[in-house]
Amino acid sequence: MVTSNTDLGYNSKVEGGVVVSRADAMINWIRTNSMWPMPMGLACCAIELMAVGGARFDIARFGAEVMRFSPRQSDCMIVAGSVTYKMAPQVRRIYDQMAAPKWVIAMGACASSGGMYRSYAHMQGVDRIIPVDVYVSGCPPRPEALLDALMKLQDKVRREPSAKRLMSA
Amino acid sequence: MPDDATSSLKERFPQVTDRPSADLPAVNVPLGDLVAVLRYLRDEQAFDLLMDLTAIDWAEGAAPRFTVVYHLLSTTRAGTYLRIAANCGGTDTEPTAPSVVSLWPGANWHERECFDMFGIKFEGHPDLRRILMWDGYPYHPLRKEFPLAGIETDLPIADIAAETGTKVIAAPMAGGPFVASTGEINLTEAEPRAKDESWSDRRARPDQSELRQVKE
Repeated sequence: MVTSNTDLGYNSKVEGGVVVSRADAMINWIRTNSMWPMPMGLACCAIELMAVGGARFDIARFGAEVMRFSPRQSDCMIVAGSVTYKMAPQVRRIYDQMAAPKWVIAMGACASSGGMYRSYAHMQGVDRIIPVDVYVSGCPPRPEALLDALMKLQDKVRREPSAKRLMSA
Repeated sequence: MPDDATSSLKERFPQVTDRPSADLPAVNVPLGDLVAVLRYLRDEQAFDLLMDLTAIDWAEGAAPRFTVVYHLLSTTRAGTYLRIAANCGGTDTEPTAPSVVSLWPGANWHERECFDMFGIKFEGHPDLRRILMWDGYPYHPLRKEFPLAGIETDLPIADIAAETGTKVIAAPMAGGPFVASTGEINLTEAEPRAKDESWSDRRARPDQSELRQVKE
């Protein structure tokens, strides 16, 4: 941009110190770019989840690299792996402990639908106990697929009426 | 040599009989002599390692219904491996077998798994709780009468069950157990799929419709 302003720093006289935006846009911008995951790693999908955190795929590019093992500090639960009925109440308990706003990604076939585990011990899809925002197919999914799911979730969060929800909460 | 162990075992315990086996030597032992036989094998035949402890459910109504199987290995006598089988006592609903935790502490969790899956009560076990399914689960899943898809029950934790309104349901079998085909070069063809795809949860299985696990 061609400008006569030669100051290197921020000049409040030029900008007026005011940025006009919508509250929704601001809140959602903050939320989408600092979505801290709760890594609910239950099986082999968790290995791919670790790969997503590594340098090659680097989930940090999307602001979601801070895997929080405390549900109190996390925004997005990534259910990576097979959820047995024995584990299911604990998954729900951890979801309940997360502070709102919170989202869930069901990573892989097992978490999404029970996958190949059609048996007495396996929950047929984690959406039977917690509300899932994005499902990722694959057994296990490629790391790119999880990044795609995160981007889709960010798209979803960008369109949420966050300000209205905050006021009514 | 494996034959040494079985022949000297049969000399010491004449009630021990040979058991048909395709690979390694195996013997049948009456349940009452089981602990004595295992103790003899551990102490005098150097079978110091209990490799596995499992059970067989022959069929509903079969006599005997349950058989416990012990896999023994000697770490000092190379290649010495022996299987011991004993028919369970007790009833069909509550079969019993003696615990061998006192001989091999490693039998503890094996016996718990065996109890969990088959419902065999190991008498003398220090802590016979379920190990895979949760405490309070009402069935023993590896019994023949238990369907692979499972039986509807409550979730393990009551307040979560009430909060979510979810139960343990019979899994949709959609054409029967899924089986992967081995030796396929084409990976798409090797994917696990139903053996009989003529039926699903929506279309009843033509011959045995009463076997369907999921009600509509």
